[in-house]
This record gives sequence, C-alpha cells and structure tokens, in this order.
Amino acid sequence: MAETHSLQDMRQQAAVAAKVFIQRDYTKGTVCQFQTKFPSELETRIDKQQFEETVQTLNNLYAEAEKLGSQSYIEGCLACLTAYTIFLCMETHYEKVLKKIAKYIQEQNDKIYAPRGLLLTDPIERGLRVIEVTIFEDRS
Amino acid sequence: MHLGVSESMRECEYSQISTRSSTPMETPYKKRTPKMRKWESFPGRNKFYCNGRIMMAKQTGVFYLTLVLILVTCGLFFTFDCPFLALQLTPVIPVIGGVLFLFVLGTLLRTSFSDPGVLPRATPDEAADLERQIDVANGSTGYRPPPRTKEVVINGQTVKLKYCFTCKIFRPPRASHCSLCDNCVERFDHHCPWVGNCVGRRNYRFFYMFILSLSFLTIFIFAFVITHVIIRSHRSGFLNALKDSPARYPFTEISLCRLVGLSGFHTYLISSNQTTNEDIKGSWSSKRGKDNYNPYSHGNIFTNCCAALCGPLPPSLIDRRGFIQSDTPQLAPPTNGITMYGATQSQQSHMCDQDQCIQSTKFVLQAAATPLLQQQSSQPVILTASPENGGSLPGRASLTLGGPCTSLPLGQPTPPTSTPSLSCHEATDMLPIHGHSHTHNHSHPLQEPVAHHHFLTPEEVPSPPGMLPCGSPLGHSHTMQAGFYNPASQDSLHEDSVRGLVKLSSV
Repeated sequence: MAETHSLQDMRQQAAVAAKVFIQRDYTKGTVCQFQTKFPSELETRIDKQQFEETVQTLNNLYAEAEKLGSQSYIEGCLACLTAYTIFLCMETHYEKVLKKIAKYIQEQNDKIYAPRGLLLTDPIERGLRVIEVTIFEDRS
Repeated sequence: MHLGVSESMRECEYSQISTRSSTPMETPYKKRTPKMRKWESFPGRNKFYCNGRIMMAKQTGVFYLTLVLILVTCGLFFTFDCPFLALQLTPVIPVIGGVLFLFVLGTLLRTSFSDPGVLPRATPDEAADLERQIDVANGSTGYRPPPRTKEVVINGQTVKLKYCFTCKIFRPPRASHCSLCDNCVERFDHHCPWVGNCVGRRNYRFFYMFILSLSFLTIFIFAFVITHVIIRSHRSGFLNALKDSPARYPFTEISLCRLVGLSGFHTYLISSNQTTNEDIKGSWSSKRGKDNYNPYSHGNIFTNCCAALCGPLPPSLIDRRGFIQSDTPQLAPPTNGITMYGATQSQQSHMCDQDQCIQSTKFVLQAAATPLLQQQSSQPVILTASPENGGSLPGRASLTLGGPCTSLPLGQPTPPTSTPSLSCHEATDMLPIHGHSHTHNHSHPLQEPVAHHHFLTPEEVPSPPGMLPCGSPLGHSHTMQAGFYNPASQDSLHEDSVRGLVKLSSV
C-alpha cells in the first residue's frame, strides 16, 4: 500500500472551517433516524442527491438495527432464559449493525467526502444525537 | 504546501478515525501522562467500579439493604426450611428455590450495574450550533429569551421536546433528566433507590424481570414456610410447630403484597407501552382529550410486551471504558464565506454566561413563586408564560408521589394528596407530602408502608450553577421551571428514605 494518511493527520494539517450537525428526525417515534434535509452550508461542496443518499442509507441501517423481528425476539428470549449471561460471549444484533454502519461511514468518507474536504463523524461517537459533518478549509 | 495537503487528501487512502486508538502525532510530553478513561471524567453524578464496567447512582445505601434482605431471607429459608421440606416432600423444592434465587440476583445486579440509557452531553460545537439555531428561529428580541421547546408530530400526536440546560440538548421523546444522577436518560421510567440506579431504556427489562422473579421467589418462600408449619403442626400440634419454626420472615409477608402490586403495575405499563413517568402525568390518558392516544404503542398488548422485553438491546452511548482523546482541530480564521465556526465560539462563551444568568434568575423566581407552583399543574413551564397543561393532575398521580414502587393494585382508587404538583423537587413541598402519604399508606393494608421511593419526576434540573449576580430584570419569566436542584432537597429526600426504613423496622 502506498503511503497512507490517517484522517486524523488530515484533521491536524487542514483547518476546520465549520461543522454542520444533522439532527435527529423524531417523526417516526424514538427510532434512530436522521433528517434528510440538505444543509445549505454543504451546497458548494457536495451534490445534494449524494448526501441524501448517504443519510437515507444510514437511516435504513439504523432501522434494521432496531427492527422488531423474529431474530431480535429469539435473541431476547434466549438472553432472558440464560439470565442475560449470553451477552458476555455473544454480540447483540444491534452491535453487529453498528459495526456495519461504522464500515459504511468509513467507506463513504474515503470515496466521497474526504476528496471534497468533508468528514462524516459516526453518530455513535455523538451519542446518536447528530451526524457531524466537518467542513475543512478549501485551500485549493 | 497547502496545495500539497489538498492533493494528498484526494489521493491517499484514509482509515477511519478511531477514538480508541492513540494518535501518532502525540508529543513526547503527552506520551508520559497516563491515558484517562472516559468514565473518570464523566460529568454526571454516578459512581463507577471495576474500571468503568459497573455504573451506579451516587447513593447506593438502599441497594445494599436490598441485597442484604434478599440474601438473609433466602439464607434462612435454605438453612432452616429446605432440609425439612426436601426430606418430607421433594428435593425439587430447594432446586427451584435456588434457581429463582440466582435469577433474582442476576437480574438485580444487571439492573443496578448497567447503564440505563444515559445520553452523553452535547459537545461544545453542538451546543453552540443549537443555540445559534434557536436564536435564528426565534429572533432574540430584547430581554425575553427564546422558548426552549420544539414540537414534533409523532404518529399523529404532537409531542413537545424540551431543551435540557444541563446536557445542552433537546431531549428525545420519552427521555428525561434525572436530578439525582444529573443525566438525561432515554425512555426514563424512574430512579429506583432499591436498585441504586435509574431505570431507563437499557435496563427496564432487567428491572421488570427482577421484580417479577422476586415476587415469585417471595410467594414461593412464603408458601413453603407455611407448608412447613402446617406439616409440623400435623405432627406435634400447632403451638409446638410455631415454637420449633419461629416466624423468621417478617419482611417476606410485608413485601409480598407490595411486590405483587408493583409487578402488576409494571405489567400494565409494558402492555400499554408507557413509562411510569408518562402514566403519572397522564400524558396519554383519554381524560386529556378524545384524540389523546399513546403514539408509541404498537397497537396490541402482545407486540408491546415483546418489544419491551425481547426487543433489540441498544448499546451504551457513553463509552465509559474508552480513552479520552485530546482532539483539538486547528481553528480557521473566519473567512468571508464561512463565518460560522469562529462566530459560534465567541457566541458559545457568551451563551454560557447567559445560561448561568438565566439559571440564577430561575433560582430567585423559584423562591418567590413556590406557593404559586403548588397550584399549578405538573408540567413545568420552560420558558413560556403559560402552563403547558391545563387542569390539575389526576388523583392517581398524587399517590405515586410516594413512589412508583408503592404497590398500586390495578383499579384501586388512590387517596388524594394536597399537592398536585409533581414536578417540584423542593424540600418544602416534598416533606409534607411524604408525611401525608405515609398516613394514607397505613390506612390501606395493601399499600406499602415502607419508604417511598424518591420518585423522580424527572424534570430537568440544572446542575448547581455558579450564582452570578444577574443584571437582567426578574420580571421576565422564562421560567417557572420547577425542579431546581436544591442540595437540601436531595439530602432531605434521602432522610425520608431512611425515615421510612426506620418505620419499616418498627412494623
């Protein structure tokens, strides 16, 4: 692999011009969903459709994590029967989906956002309150 | 050089920033200082053990009492009654007892030690951004600060989201701020001193399993102790039987009805998908209006129960065992096009002062308005002039001021108390209420005569602010926000718990 820079290096070298916060969308209740409205500050940096697609995919992934289906019920019943000790050795469905989300965000950052001087922060690092988009100074 | 940086941004591969890994750019000085874990600088009033694995509330005395009571009762049962019963009836009895006991202990520890669903506080950038949005939306005009509520329509019902001054976030629906733990908790049910923790989204099912299994265990012990006495009395007469196996379990009999009632109450809450908090306030009661319904309910009892007990368990949002990263990106000077970041920084420090000013104003207003608050309805008014809910609370709400864990058999009418307002944490309000509800409790045999819980009407309470002399005029009420933090009230509530327990021991 050629020289790789971590995103952290980028943050240290490039200056942060602004941060945009995509808030939660509570219209469907307490499930984790983010607003798909395109923030005006990103108009010059990225395509609206691209951004909305990213947020919509994230919303779908979070919905999958919190879905009430047979898998979650089986997991819940099994956990109850083992007095919840099963979670010591097994990862919950939610945690598996969170890993998927982290991978997706990294991929999006690599392919789409970093080349445009933007950085998406995984919402789990902000307590699932916001998607933080850091806008780096455009020095080109 | 700048061009090179932007080119490198485009060409090189990047790895995801992990807050768990150490930065390669650490200076030698930083490398020498030991890394702190996030729990060590947690802003809430929680206690952590086992290097952040265990999380409890600050006051854990009553939790240890719960443990001791369970261990002593079960210990006595297994020592004195089980050998006799195993021989006379069947050895399955101690086995079932043992399994129940282990399940009770497991669920109790799980409830007490886990994160109830604490929402981490907003980062300074987020808080500044929110403040800016609020100002823009409402236009700061003169002295009157903007209202800090947001309305959202959920499944056809309008729900007000309140701004938490301590955590600097708009609380998600069903979340509330626990004044004892000083945290916002998702799907806040209540703060339970018996388990030494809040009961919220992440540990509600463990709490429910705990009270349900403890009810079964209590019934089990009670039934077999009586069986023991009966068998002995058949052999050697009733009086001799009582002499041989004295009443060792006064607490079992007392707590039995209370536990069964509490389990029944929470079964009702689960089947209707409500929290204790919502039930007490009557948020979704049809008494409020014909069109008032619970937007979170899944429609039928079975789905509600499955969702509450077997639904997916969200992970902890506070990452207590992660390492703190000193992450300070360089600030760009404000340019023509983008002035947001620089502006928000200065605005943020201004906001902090304004915040403290607002809070100290509230304290003064609280002191002046305490008699008024007693007449108002429960919902605290945050930054608006009129109360959010018209009318007084339903009578049931006032009983449960004594604590949601008091037994509340379904359908039983609750005795009214004099003070309808639930959201006041002031000591002066709470003490007379407790006295009142105690007398009521004694008159109802099914009511629990033990200490109420310090039930938290989990209204937002700001953490003790610096009391800055405030220049803004007091006449503007942005506040009749009840639920101010008062250290005296917290201590007196603790005293109440102890007083209640002393009463218990005298029964």
